[in-house]
Amino acid sequence: MCLGIPGEIVEILNDRPDLAMVAVSGVRRAINIGLLEDETVAPGDWILIHVGFALSKIDETEAKAALDFLESIGQAYDDEIAALRESMIEQG
Amino acid sequence: MRFVDEYRDADTARALAARITALCEPGRSYKFMEVCGGHTHTIYKHGIEDYLPEAVTLVHGPGCPVCVIPMGRVDDAIHIAAQPDVIMTSFGDMMRVPGGKGSFLDAKARGADIRMVYSPLDALKIAKQNPSKRVVFMAIGFETTAPSTAMTVLRAKADGVDNFSVFCNHVTIIPAIKAILDSPDLRLDAFIGPGHVSTVIGCRPYRFIARDYGKPIVVAGFEPLDVLQSVHQILTQLAQRRCEVENQYARVVPWDGNPKALAAINEVMELRPHFEWRGLGFISQSALRVSAKYARYDAERIFQIPGGRVADPTSCQCGEVLKGVLKPWECKVFGTACTPETPIGTCMVSSEGACAAYYNFGRFSRERVKEATRQ
Ligand code: SF4
Repeated sequence: MCLGIPGEIVEILNDRPDLAMVAVSGVRRAINIGLLEDETVAPGDWILIHVGFALSKIDETEAKAALDFLESIGQAYDDEIAALRESMIEQG
Repeated sequence: MRFVDEYRDADTARALAARITALCEPGRSYKFMEVCGGHTHTIYKHGIEDYLPEAVTLVHGPGCPVCVIPMGRVDDAIHIAAQPDVIMTSFGDMMRVPGGKGSFLDAKARGADIRMVYSPLDALKIAKQNPSKRVVFMAIGFETTAPSTAMTVLRAKADGVDNFSVFCNHVTIIPAIKAILDSPDLRLDAFIGPGHVSTVIGCRPYRFIARDYGKPIVVAGFEPLDVLQSVHQILTQLAQRRCEVENQYARVVPWDGNPKALAAINEVMELRPHFEWRGLGFISQSALRVSAKYARYDAERIFQIPGGRVADPTSCQCGEVLKGVLKPWECKVFGTACTPETPIGTCMVSSEGACAAYYNFGRFSRERVKEATRQ
């Protein structure tokens, strides 16, 4: 829950400007991007996600480093991804 | 030295460690508190303590939001879950947190409808799918999760969902740090500041630590090198007789935080006059509740909650662990009566809790432990 997990934006949803489809460790889910301050996001951008919300935009190098680190911590990250897999944040 | 062997940047780490050692003044010992449970996790997982000179001790702080939920609040949530037509939802971390009358898992086994969700938005979706039920989200966490709860309430309002409410247990990091600074039990030299909380609140709120208490704080990232780097920055400040707020994690943490997230919190929530933290007792203005304007989404106003205070089990020393006065292994029930499978205290429940982190990763440094406890 406290882990910020990096995800890559794969699609902006035109009918729901506050949501984007994001790929996180192979899982594709809708993530709320309404908290990103004055920042436009586009497919290919990386964000740091907390409980379904993007809290900041990060660069790709940082995202990769963060992912390496998260994968190294094992169980806690697996649990987070398993929870994300069950997530059903709605689109439209 | 498993940290050095495993870590890809071993050379950088070795060089940093040497510089850290060189910065320590002979005969002086240093105590730095890492406030955030994520750092505790990194420190144990990568054996960073073994890597620092003897003069530097890292003390684990209260920054695990699951760990600080008092027993009474768990009981209150279970009470709400037992009301007719209620579906209680919360993060997975919450499921095994013991209350006075057991955990969410125990209540579930007795028939309560309690569901694990990834996001408060998932709880809102459950509310939409179950219009005849009252769906409650037990909200926990520091400023990293509070904006998400606030945004979900705003969404519920926009979508006209009125069977959704929040049992708000959000806590704020600054009063907890202040309580620790004011506690007579512990003398600290500096803080390693929380990385993700700071993406929301920024670095300014920490300035009182330098200004009023004369101690450095370095906001740090979560990789082993980040933690070592922040220790190095702290020691550099101390060596130069400086105390400032520094941001080691600037690649993620903006100095001003995330104004939109702060605005969402301020719109939906307000500070409580005081809130009980497990092990730390009541801390004034240290937690958030849903403000009157959003009363219809506030489970505390919708349901009659007992609001009882439950004393922690006498064998539990989580309070001392959360304040950094005791190391996890110094608790009498650590690893015997209290394990992640059968937690007595909360620090053993969440993977960010100091006891769980030490239990899962810390065993390799037993020798160091024996030394430390003998002293
Ligand atoms: S070992 Fe258990 S009871 Fe003791 S401080 Fe840790 S979590 Fe609390």
